[in-house]
Amino acid sequence: MRRYILRRFLQGLVLLVLVATIVFFLGRLTGNPADLMLPEDALEEDRVALIETLGLDGPLHKQFGIFLANALRGDLGDSIRHREPAVDVFFSRLPNTLKIVPGTMALALILAIPLGILSALYRGRMIDRVSGAIGVLGIATPNFWLGILLIYVFSVQLGWLPSARMGGPQHYILPTITLGTFLVAGFMRLIRSSMLEVLDSEFVKLARIKGLSETIVVWKHCLRNALIPVLSLWGVLMGGLVTGAIVTETVFAWPGIGRLTYEAVIFRDYPLLQAVIIMDAVLIVIINLVVDILYAYVDPRIRLAE
Amino acid sequence: MTGDTVLDVRDLHTHFFLRRGVVKVVDGVSFSLRRGEVLGLVGESGCGKSVTALSLLRLLPQPAARTVQGKVLLDGEDLLTKSDREMRQIRGSKIAMILQDPQTSLNPVFTIGDQLRESIAKLHPGQDDTVMRRVIEALRKVKLAAPEQRIDQYPHQMSGGMKQRVVGAIAISREPRVLIADEPTTALDVTIQLQYLKLLQELQQNSDMAILFITHDFGIVAKMCDRVSVMYAGRIVESGPVRQVFDNPRHPYTQALIASVPKMRRQAGRLPTIEGQPPAFSDLPRGCRFAPRCPLADDRCRTTYPRSYAVGSEHTADCWKVGAAVL
Ligand SMILES: Nc1ncnc2c1ncn2[C@@H]1O[C@H](COP(=O)(O)OP(=O)(O)O)[C@@H](O)[C@H]1O
Ligand code: SF4
Ligand SMILES: [Mg+2]
Repeated sequence: MRRYILRRFLQGLVLLVLVATIVFFLGRLTGNPADLMLPEDALEEDRVALIETLGLDGPLHKQFGIFLANALRGDLGDSIRHREPAVDVFFSRLPNTLKIVPGTMALALILAIPLGILSALYRGRMIDRVSGAIGVLGIATPNFWLGILLIYVFSVQLGWLPSARMGGPQHYILPTITLGTFLVAGFMRLIRSSMLEVLDSEFVKLARIKGLSETIVVWKHCLRNALIPVLSLWGVLMGGLVTGAIVTETVFAWPGIGRLTYEAVIFRDYPLLQAVIIMDAVLIVIINLVVDILYAYVDPRIRLAE
Repeated sequence: MTGDTVLDVRDLHTHFFLRRGVVKVVDGVSFSLRRGEVLGLVGESGCGKSVTALSLLRLLPQPAARTVQGKVLLDGEDLLTKSDREMRQIRGSKIAMILQDPQTSLNPVFTIGDQLRESIAKLHPGQDDTVMRRVIEALRKVKLAAPEQRIDQYPHQMSGGMKQRVVGAIAISREPRVLIADEPTTALDVTIQLQYLKLLQELQQNSDMAILFITHDFGIVAKMCDRVSVMYAGRIVESGPVRQVFDNPRHPYTQALIASVPKMRRQAGRLPTIEGQPPAFSDLPRGCRFAPRCPLADDRCRTTYPRSYAVGSEHTADCWKVGAAVL
């Protein structure tokens, strides 16, 4: 178990280094970062001076070394627009995202697990068809479109809910639905298909042969096994969550890290964008590590493996 | 039937309702089991043995399969008319089953102690100490070494043979009247097979449990069973006391099955197998189902299903040629 976690941890680190490397070299491909930072009418002397202070005149590998060393100290450069360390900007916005994401994920699980189980148990029946249709729609509907549609219906036409920005509890409803629809749909379909597989297994047959009630067969014997493939596909859903957060926060003018990513692109705030991408990667690695531990907890074959 | 009859299956019909049509996988099967008796149900793979067993327990694949006709009398009560709730109380306590593949029949995420406890706890609700003692006892009965340590292990930490012992322990833990063993050794290594068969024999001899022993191997039938029913394409074609059937098989299919058993287990080389393939359930012959493979088949065989002929005491065979010889 300890070795499993250590291995996962090291894999996460390797992933982070890769992300940092790609971010760094992609940035250099788009030209000298100094040009982005200077006003358009800047003098050539100022340009040279800035390049020197930023260390952008040395060979590329040296620059990369400096970049990595700084990154390890938690310094990912200064945001051009905010004129403060990019990491600080990131952390000032993170709490706002954390106010919607966990709730969304919890909601997704609360809805998706029972719906997925019910669709599997009543395969081909009404509930399965309805939730299947909703699932397909939920996966196929782009977040931005859903967000705009919800705003149009509930804010513009009906005037029931606020259309943007943070505020009281009613401000959370539309962003949560926008961000959560994809997750609910994704989880639900995953749970349904892995439940179907588990329901068909020999150990479920044996559980029934023992005379156990359907409640125990489904919620004890099936669910835990059905969650194993779901957890292992978690990474795919995380990717969806990150892009979903960018789009959702942008549509709802929600001042979180998703919106920050969008702003960094729009304002060509290159150091900030770099920082946001790397910090997003850090978050994902942390979440995935938690999921990996959960995974090991659910599946003894992993927990007890040498 | 004598008063000793524990399980009496009469004219059982189980159909699969598939998109391409109705498939009659169990088509009028009858047999009975007496107290303490081992009845073999033997036939090639795919002839409907497992579906027959699952029909008795009412655990057919849903919603595809359904038992549409027949009676399954356990101690005189018809299981096919029981409610789902009553059925759950009967499963595991009066009628238990060992599945073929121990690698898949235990739940990988729970300890074997837990999986055994679940079953035994139904006998002693709320008495954890008693249940724990019975769990250990059951594991000891199936000769699993160091049961106290084993109960905390997961299936993947055990060999196939040990897992099948655990499945056996679950099956006998509530002292059922009837144990269905569905090819319990087919997935085991050859050396382990014999040990397991011996274990089943011992368990059976120390109780008055009746066993329905399902296998495709007539050699095992000869070793394990008192009586045997031979199944072909969803029907029983011959049944009788094992010695009689083995020494004097009357149905051409039984003869072919017995001929395919090696005289000695160590015998090398390919076994004689039966020519041809069993018919598909979706396309059964009109007359005798064995006719396409039967060396003796004639026109009547091909058009009319043979009736059942008594060929000895409690020994019957469904074959026109047998009839001609008897009459
Ligand atoms: N889940 C299923 N769906 C459709 N047909 C099935 C299913 N299970 C079994 N069958 C049919 O029932 C026949 C008998 O199966 P089975 O009882 O498992 O054979 P065996 O004698 O090897 O135990 C198979 O040949 C197949 O045609
Ligand atoms: S009835 Fe005819 S075809 Fe069928 S087993 Fe007897 S001889 Fe062969
Ligand atoms: Mg079978």
